[in-house]
Parts: sequence; C-alpha cells; structure tokens
Amino acid sequence: MSGKLGLDSAVVAEARRLAAAAGQPVVDLARQHTTVSVERAVLRLAGVGGADPDGIPWVNRLVDAVREQVGLGHGVAVPVFDALRREGHADLTLLAQKAAAGSVRFEVPEKTGNVRSAARKAVRAGIARIDQRRKERDRLVRRHGDPPRTPWVYLIVATGDIYEDIPQAQAAARAGADVIAVIRSTGQSLLDYVPEGATREGFAGTYATQENFRLMRAALDDTSREVGRYVRLTNYASGLCMPEIATLAGLERLDMMLNDSMYGILFRDINPIRTFVDQRFSRQIHARAGIVINTGEDNYLTTADAVDAAHTVTVSQLLNEYFAHEAGLADWQLGLGHAFEINPDLPESFRLELAHALLARELFPDAPLKWMPPTKHMTGDVFRGNLLNGFFNLAGMLTGQGILLVGMMTEAVVTPWLSDRDIALQNVHYVRQAAGNLHEDFTPGRFIQERAATVLGEAVDLLGKIRDEGLLEAIADGTFGIMRRPADRGKGLDGVARREPGYYNPAQDILEGTT
Amino acid sequence: MSTVVRPYGDTTGDGMVQLSFTLPLPAGKRGEGAALQLAGKMGVDPAMVVHSRAIGEQHTFYVVYGRVNHLVEPGKVVVAERDYPLLSAKEINAAIRARLRRKLVVVGACIGTDAHTVGIDAILNVKGIAGEKGLEYYRECRVVNLGAQVSVPDLVEHARAEKADAVLVSQVVTQRDAHLHNTREMSAAFREAFPAARRPLLVVGGPRFDELMAPELGVDRIFGRGTTPREVASYLVHAVGAR
Repeated sequence: MSGKLGLDSAVVAEARRLAAAAGQPVVDLARQHTTVSVERAVLRLAGVGGADPDGIPWVNRLVDAVREQVGLGHGVAVPVFDALRREGHADLTLLAQKAAAGSVRFEVPEKTGNVRSAARKAVRAGIARIDQRRKERDRLVRRHGDPPRTPWVYLIVATGDIYEDIPQAQAAARAGADVIAVIRSTGQSLLDYVPEGATREGFAGTYATQENFRLMRAALDDTSREVGRYVRLTNYASGLCMPEIATLAGLERLDMMLNDSMYGILFRDINPIRTFVDQRFSRQIHARAGIVINTGEDNYLTTADAVDAAHTVTVSQLLNEYFAHEAGLADWQLGLGHAFEINPDLPESFRLELAHALLARELFPDAPLKWMPPTKHMTGDVFRGNLLNGFFNLAGMLTGQGILLVGMMTEAVVTPWLSDRDIALQNVHYVRQAAGNLHEDFTPGRFIQERAATVLGEAVDLLGKIRDEGLLEAIADGTFGIMRRPADRGKGLDGVARREPGYYNPAQDILEGTT
Repeated sequence: MSTVVRPYGDTTGDGMVQLSFTLPLPAGKRGEGAALQLAGKMGVDPAMVVHSRAIGEQHTFYVVYGRVNHLVEPGKVVVAERDYPLLSAKEINAAIRARLRRKLVVVGACIGTDAHTVGIDAILNVKGIAGEKGLEYYRECRVVNLGAQVSVPDLVEHARAEKADAVLVSQVVTQRDAHLHNTREMSAAFREAFPAARRPLLVVGGPRFDELMAPELGVDRIFGRGTTPREVASYLVHAVGAR
C-alpha cells in the first residue's frame, strides 16, 4: 500500500513483471533484425547528408544500392566502408552519388577488421556531436533555467511553413509555453525517407527535416535568452523513419520526441516488426541524446471508449516503460502519455478522470507524464470546450502531471488561431494560480481508489493474456484500439532484413556500450 | 412564421449579436476604434467593445456586442441538400449490417505516378483527419489500402480478388491534368473488366477535382477538398444500398 491511491504494491510489481515478460520476445526479435531506416541512420551518423536532384536523400540511394547487391543482413557499415577504401573516395556522400549511378561494386569482405574500425571512427564522430549537443542543452538549461513550476506547458504550432512556424513558436513561448511542438505534415510518418532542407509547404503541419529542426532550435535559443528560461522543442519520431528522425533530433538538439512503441502499427498500419526494430534503435539514440520521449496512449482513447479502454492505456504505458528502459532511457525521459477523453455527459466523469490520471502518476512516480487534453468530445461549442479544458487543467494540477498539452477550445473547428492559443493559455494560468497546490489538500476517497484499483487489475489481466499469446499475436488479434495488425502485413515490411552472422552496426555497438 | 427575423438577445427583435476577432494592431484607443469600425461595416450599430486584450505587442483581441441592422428572411434561404444522409459511425455500421449482412469491402489507392497518399490515408487510416477516424475504424468496413503508384490493371485485379464493393482513388498531382486522365483510364478499365451490375462503386477524391464532373469522368462520385471519412462512408452506405 502506498501513495494516495493505496495501490497494492504486489499487484504493481506483477504488472511490471508481466510487461517485461510480454516485451522480452519482441526485444529479441528486434535484436535479430535490421531495417533500411536503421542502416540509413548509421550512415547519417557517419556523416552522409544531402539529397539528389529529385529530393531523394543520399542515404537512401546508398542503402538501396548496398541492399540490391549484397542485402542488408550484414549491415551497411562494412560494405560501404569497404567500397570507400577500395575505390579510394574521399567521402561517403561522393560514394553515395557514384553508387546511385550504379558504378560502385559492394561486397562483404572476409576480413573486416580495418573496415570495421574505419566505420566505427566515422560513426563515433556523429555520436560525439550528439553528446556535444546534450552538453550544450545542459549548459543552456543552467544558464536560462527550467520552467519555475510543473506541469510544463506544451503548445503546438502547425502552419506547414517553417518560416511561419518560427514567429508563432516564439510568440507562444513569450506567452508562457515551456515546450513547443511542431506538428508534422499529414502523411510524413509513411514516407520512407526524410525530406531535405527548409520547407514551406505541408499538409496540416510542417515536414520534419534536419534544416527545419535547426532553424526552429536556433530561434527558440534566442527566445530562451529573451524570456529567461530554456524553451524546449518537440517533434515526432514515429513512422517509417523513426531511427533517422531520432538521429537528426539528437544532432540538432531537440528536447522531446514523440516516440510510441505501437502507434505506427495501430494507427498507421506500419509493419509491427519494422516498428519494433526501428523503435529500439531510435530510443537508444534518444537515451544518448538526453531527449524526453512522449508516448501516444492518448490515441487509444480517441478510438475506444475512455472508460472501457482505460486499462489499455495502463498496459501500453507499462510496455512503453519496459521498451524504454531496455533501450537505455531513464525514468526522467519517459513522458508516458494519457488523456482526458471521458465523455463529459457521463456522471462522475471528472472523478473517473482523476482516478485514471492519479493511477498513471503513482505507477510511474519518476516519469514526467504527458497529459493530453480532450479532443473527442470537443464539438465545436467553443464555450463548453473552454470549460472542459479548465477541468482538464485542474485534473493535471491535482494529479501532478509533468507535461501539459494545452487544449484548444477550437479543437475540431480550425487549426488554432492566435487568439485561441491566448485564451487557452489564460485558462492554464488561471487554474495554476488559483489551484496550483491544491494537490496538497486533495485526498481521494473510495470511489477514486477503487476505480484505480479496478483499472490496474484489468491491466494485469490483459498483460497476462498478452504474455501468454505473445505481443505480436495480440496486436494481430486487435487487442489494442480495434485494429488487427498481423506481423506479416503493413507498410515498410520490405525494408526489414534478418541479421546475418557477422552483422555489424557500429552505432548500436557504441550506444549499447559494447565497444 | 414571420417573413423576417432578427437575432435574439433577450427581447424579440433586439437584433443583438456577439462577435470576437483579432486585429493586427497594438492595444489602445485606436485599436478599439478600429474594432468598432469593423463592427459597423458588418452591420453592427450601435456596437460596444466589451473586452480587449493585447496578444503580444502587435495584436489585440476584441469581444464586441451590438445590434445588427440586417434582416434575416428564412423563406429565401436556399439549402444545398446533400443527396444522402450524413450518418454517425454507429449508424453506418448498423446500415451495413442491415443492408449487406457482411462487411463492406473498400479498396483504396493512389494511381499513376502520384505518390501523395495523404488524401487516401486521411480517408482510410484509423488516424483519419480533423478528429474523425478513417474507414478502417468502422467495424463493418474491410479496408484494403494499396498505397501509392498503383497501376490501373493492378487496381482492377485487387478489386476483383477482394470482391470490392467500392474502389476509392485519390489524386493529388494535377500536372497536365494527370488526375483527369488517370481517372478516365481507371473508369474505362473497370467498365471493361466488370459487367455493369457487378462493377464496384468508383469514387475519386482530390483537392483539384470538380465534384460535378463525375458523369464526364465515368465515376460514381467525386469528393473535393475538405471531405471527411464520415461523408465518404455515409455515401458508400447510401450508394451500395441503392443498388
């Protein structure tokens, strides 16, 4: 018995044990495979950048050429650095250009010692840049300071044009946002390459590119100096290019990344194996870069009922926690997600929300939970929406959430206007000022305690079922959300390869500390 | 019913309205005057700025109340009626169960060289668009999303193999009218491959289509910019039921 909910510590331990047992086979699977995006991330760390005249990145051209000739099973590091040595090219990008033209022969040499050390040296330089970026963040946080209180206020910009996003993000930070998220263009998660350069056209969001990351981070550095606190920047790793986007985020000092273990599978129909392999590598990069991940449990509640499916959120949080720890992420880096999505017409809906939010808080006491606002029951009635957001904010304060995504009363009406953001922030500020420390006086009674225990119990039952069936089978059976996603289907499966004996990935070796 | 009405505040005929907007002007007397000027041009007279608030240094938000001098004539309102009812997800699933007694099979693709799956994914993926879930979310729909750059013969073959009730094609690229050529090629191929009564419903969508061109392009329905999954699903239920 502990905390305000009096959760049974034996049940909590059982839940964690089952999550580990369910997750372990998937980790083993991830260790046995690689993907085009993992290999492209290795090349990005080794310094390959830029794109061909059609906008296809050189890392794609190079990985495709290697895959065509010798397959991916050995990793690309050895064949690429072997070809670099044999052909005597000065740099990898030149080699990529030659390879794209079909004039490079790749092979897997028998003796790989020298080639491996050349690859390791190049990749180590990339990882050293990520390390420098992390130190730089630490320095800037010391200089400008963290937000003076929690929850951190998280605001979204999404114009499609990076040069419009920048002034909006800066205005949001001046108005009190602690974290800025740049929403990606619809459909980027299904692109099997990362677009290049600064972009000015997107569909309901702005493309995640290295240059866009750099531009926004530089702008927010200026604003951090101006407002006297370090303003964090968020983007989205999930999708077919998770490892590469994670790498670019590390190289450009992003501070948070959306990175869910199952979102791509369930909501984007990305192949499950592709997702788990990519996810593991991307999280190893995030761990190294000191990036806080945000997981996507809120999405379950937008498809399923927020009361009936409350335990699926808990299950997913526990799985996300297991996969994150396995990849080297510390508790302070786990922005586990959940949301205020119970139908407001349901009697006692606010008490149920408090029970669910407090359950997450007490299950993951050291994680900066990501608290997501109502979207499903925002109807276009902006007045009621603002009231609902006030209750959402209050629940966030009462239950000690770490990151609060600011709800917009114009959700489902328009992408937020300047005034919508301002009104939404006033809502947050009012609740924080009026009730910021109310958690000290808040002691839940039986209703909330029992509800939390019920949800936890259901989560344990479901985890047991997943452990027995296997996670991949559970996903194939439609256990999460309502989607059936078999392991042999979905997008990006053709980019998965089984690792051969002698597979070499210098980045993963460095990240796992085996070299 | 009276032939003329006015907005209702707390007394019949008082004409009171409330509006809010932001002007790119600093807060102050001049800004408030500008807000009143805008209200006046909108037919609100007299108008009161009841609240103004600076948003940064360059913008100000206003809430205005006032009496609007326009008259509303309900008898002259013309409503563009949708020729099918817009149903909820629950109603759509129930209608499919009642009418087909099996799942509704939808095959979707981007055809030709078009690699922009954003439209088809917005309609089909669970993620959906603008807060509405895609067709995959509907329990009674079986969705086969073939993705981008699907050839017309492949699409016909998949539609046949899956016994598709409807084929959804998205076309974003419009260079040299590619979307129109591709759509005509697609509809001709389906006409050739299926007897009229067995042909799946052909639906195309994209931001540059004219929704009135369906007969000319040989398809059953065209959806333009801003279409939501629920509209498409409601149409499919309606059209499949009509057959």
